Amino acid sequence: MSTMQWHSAAEFFAMGGYATYVWGSYLLVALIMFSEPWLISRRHGRAVARAREAGHSGFGQ
Amino acid sequence: MADRFHWFALAAPSRFYRLSSVLLPWLWAVAALLACIGLYVGFFVAPTDATQGDAYRIIFIHVPAAWMSMVIYLAMAGWAVIGWAFKARMASMLSRALAPTGALFTFMALWTGAFWGKPAWGTWWVWDARLTSELILLFLYLGYLALVEAIDDPRRADQAGAVVALVGAVNVPIIYFSVRWWNTLHQGASISMTSAPKMASTMLLAMLLMTLAFWTYAFAAAFNRARAIVLERESAARWVQDLLGGQQEARR
Repeated sequence: MSTMQWHSAAEFFAMGGYATYVWGSYLLVALIMFSEPWLISRRHGRAVARAREAGHSGFGQ
Repeated sequence: MADRFHWFALAAPSRFYRLSSVLLPWLWAVAALLACIGLYVGFFVAPTDATQGDAYRIIFIHVPAAWMSMVIYLAMAGWAVIGWAFKARMASMLSRALAPTGALFTFMALWTGAFWGKPAWGTWWVWDARLTSELILLFLYLGYLALVEAIDDPRRADQAGAVVALVGAVNVPIIYFSVRWWNTLHQGASISMTSAPKMASTMLLAMLLMTLAFWTYAFAAAFNRARAIVLERESAARWVQDLLGGQQEARR
């Protein structure tokens, strides 16, 4: 098992000529997996706010 | 024993809400940690593939995303049916919470598949049995979501959703076995229960680490969305008001 596959950062980013495909895949997955949790926690925050209103609660954050 | 505890704990929305608030930070942390280790092994330890070059590194997200798209669909259908058959509120809410995450994983599997298909096969897309059945899975998720969002009464929406989820579940084994049943361009199963994996062990390790990371992520995402759904549906319930500070506080 070799420990390091790349000789330089440029070589790493070039992905053996497949940069578009490799980074195009990883970028989309990263985008989704960072934005989904953010959207969910926003929805949860809104639900908390609305539940507070429903209880006529003035209890702050 | 542990399972029994969880079943009970998840049965009541109030208990689910409390238990999940304890679990969530851990789930996010474990998912992030596993993803970091998985990416490290996948990009820095696993060797370049002899035939596919570095394009094969898409496998570390493609296969886990495809697995999750199918597993989440089955979980969604399972909870939907339990919620429908036993009038279990929490089960229906979990089913609803899983759907968007499952749809996103399906989209990720299709997208990364296209970006892998182009260098490997020379085309972004073919109407092959595996690809087509995975696309149908995306439409099933979207159909489920459109249907349950269109019905205002949550109980009726859950019931209608359960029917769609259950009927659509037939598609999951079709996706899984498509590479065996039909002569497809898509390669066979990456991991088989009956034979030793054909990949280098470091490649396999990276893929399994990423699978665990995606799995943990899916739990965290679905749990947090379920918490939002619980509050949306039960905002007037006593336990919610107690949890959020209660009426007393309001009149201070």
